[in-house]
Amino acid sequence: MSTLEIRKLNKSFGALTVSRDISISIGEGQCHALIGPNGAGKTTLIHQISGVLRPDSGHILLDGQDITQMSVSRRVQAGLGRTFQITSVLPSFTALENTAIAAQAKSGSSLRFFRDASRETALNEIALSTLQRVGLADRAAIPAADLSHGELRLLELAISLAGKPKFLLLDEPMAGLGRSESVALVALLSELRGSLPMLLVEHDMDAIFQLADTVSLLVDGQVVARGTPDEVRADAAARAAYLGENAA
Amino acid sequence: MDRSLVTAAVLFGLLLAMPFLLPLIGSAYLSGLIIKAMLLAIAAISLDLLIGHGGMISLGHAAFVGVGAYATAIALENGVDDIFLLLLITLAVTGLTALVSGGLALRTSGLYFLMITLAFGQMIYFTLTSLAAYGGDDGLTLWSLATVFGSNVLQSGNGLYYLVLGTLFATWWGVYRISRSRFGRVLRAARDNPERAEVMGYPVVRFRLIAYLIAAMIAGVSGLLLVQHAEFVSPALATWQRSGDLIVVIVLGGLATRNGAILGAFFIVIVEEVLGSFIHEWRLIYGPLLVLMVLFAKGGISHLLTPKGAKGYAS
Ligand SMILES: Nc1ncnc2c1ncn2[C@@H]1O[C@H](COP(=O)(O)OP(=O)(O)OP(=O)(O)O)[C@@H](O)[C@H]1O
Ligand SMILES: [Mg+2]
Repeated sequence: MSTLEIRKLNKSFGALTVSRDISISIGEGQCHALIGPNGAGKTTLIHQISGVLRPDSGHILLDGQDITQMSVSRRVQAGLGRTFQITSVLPSFTALENTAIAAQAKSGSSLRFFRDASRETALNEIALSTLQRVGLADRAAIPAADLSHGELRLLELAISLAGKPKFLLLDEPMAGLGRSESVALVALLSELRGSLPMLLVEHDMDAIFQLADTVSLLVDGQVVARGTPDEVRADAAARAAYLGENAA
Repeated sequence: MDRSLVTAAVLFGLLLAMPFLLPLIGSAYLSGLIIKAMLLAIAAISLDLLIGHGGMISLGHAAFVGVGAYATAIALENGVDDIFLLLLITLAVTGLTALVSGGLALRTSGLYFLMITLAFGQMIYFTLTSLAAYGGDDGLTLWSLATVFGSNVLQSGNGLYYLVLGTLFATWWGVYRISRSRFGRVLRAARDNPERAEVMGYPVVRFRLIAYLIAAMIAGVSGLLLVQHAEFVSPALATWQRSGDLIVVIVLGGLATRNGAILGAFFIVIVEEVLGSFIHEWRLIYGPLLVLMVLFAKGGISHLLTPKGAKGYAS
């Protein structure tokens, strides 16, 4: 288990500031939800934490270690997993191969040139049990390119879980899922919760009330309210800036 | 059973039998042609590791054939003739060249990668033309060739033929194993979706660079053997047109199918030879022929030999 600390993160695209002095601290076993209107800078923040984008200033600490300058792959090796808001999988790989290669990254060297990787039972077992966990086991042999949108969302999560993260960044995992699929996914995430700390970007307030210990409300790149889900809901600024807007 | 293994067994069986069949029709000329095709196939299979599996379209791969050939030729000129020592020198020189050019080129991808590999290839070509002591533009005829433990079995009879065939087989087998290994899987993942591969924990550029080094060293070895066969080197080996030929071979044969590279190489060598014997401007016919081939044999020659249901799996 891990902790994640974000200290005074700033990021601009030209004149557009997408992160303003963002500081968030997430302790062991905590689920922290990040909410905010479209374009608030939620995905951009996830990109900076995972290393896809570099902040202009500020620091990111995983387990107290400064990872701000680390490459994306090293952050993953250090235990930081993530999912993408826009599904990102390996289209020509089957669901099983997608998860198996994610597991491979965390079990020994990948500089092995001779043995048939598809026959490594240890990797395939992790892959299959992860697919089982998200409910995709019966689709294991299907190429990702042929999976439905909902299935891809689940595969996206399975890939991240197969890499055995110590901390998980989830960017709108429920986006585009049907009602029953969402319910199943919330159930799965609440199972993980407690053993896997996470930063969850989500629009669905029901899900947030079920999953999150604490919430930050991001507007125009700035955290304008934070606290427990109830506190944030009660926060007037929040109601005006976000919840009210949603109700309208 | 993997159908491609059956095709490979047939191909290699035929190549193995050739030295026994050719004397029956009485042609040393044909065996030279087959060696030429096999050398082309070795370089093409190595390029296919980059293009077919790694999605890295290099337009400078023939430069490594040239570097390998010149490393060998220069070593021979300076009295080194032990094949193992020559191999070591070739691997070291091509590997080092690839480390520099790949290290720079792999900061980019797609069209930019293609442009930078093209530029490096041309730089190497011009470097070779400037080697005045070793023939410059005109190339260099070699008066001494490689020996094995002091014996010259590789200089006459079927010794060289079998060495080239053995190297072709080793290349085929090696790339086959690599493509299915952990490493090969990461390489394919990086071709499919580099951003995702990175977020799975793989430093994509490092994996690509290793593939680039392996491919360059194999191409270098085909250069070494080419010297032994042609007894001559020239900078023309390294031109970008040669690199283009290699791409044609693997696209024609079928990407990520080693058998395709062999078939493609034979097809090209035979067509060149046959057309070339009829008309001087054979490339006028060669061009349209290629267009037709690519249109009608989509997925490559090797896919024409594959049953319908089995298509689409690249390993
Ligand atoms: N690479 C970029 N260059 C310029 N502007 C960008 C870039 N990426 C994002 N933006 C802008 O930054 C702002 C924040 O985008 P971001 O994707 O972080 O929003 P978000 O909170 O995730 O929104 P959503 O809820 O729609 O996913 C948007 O105005 C977006 O247009
Ligand atoms: Mg977003």
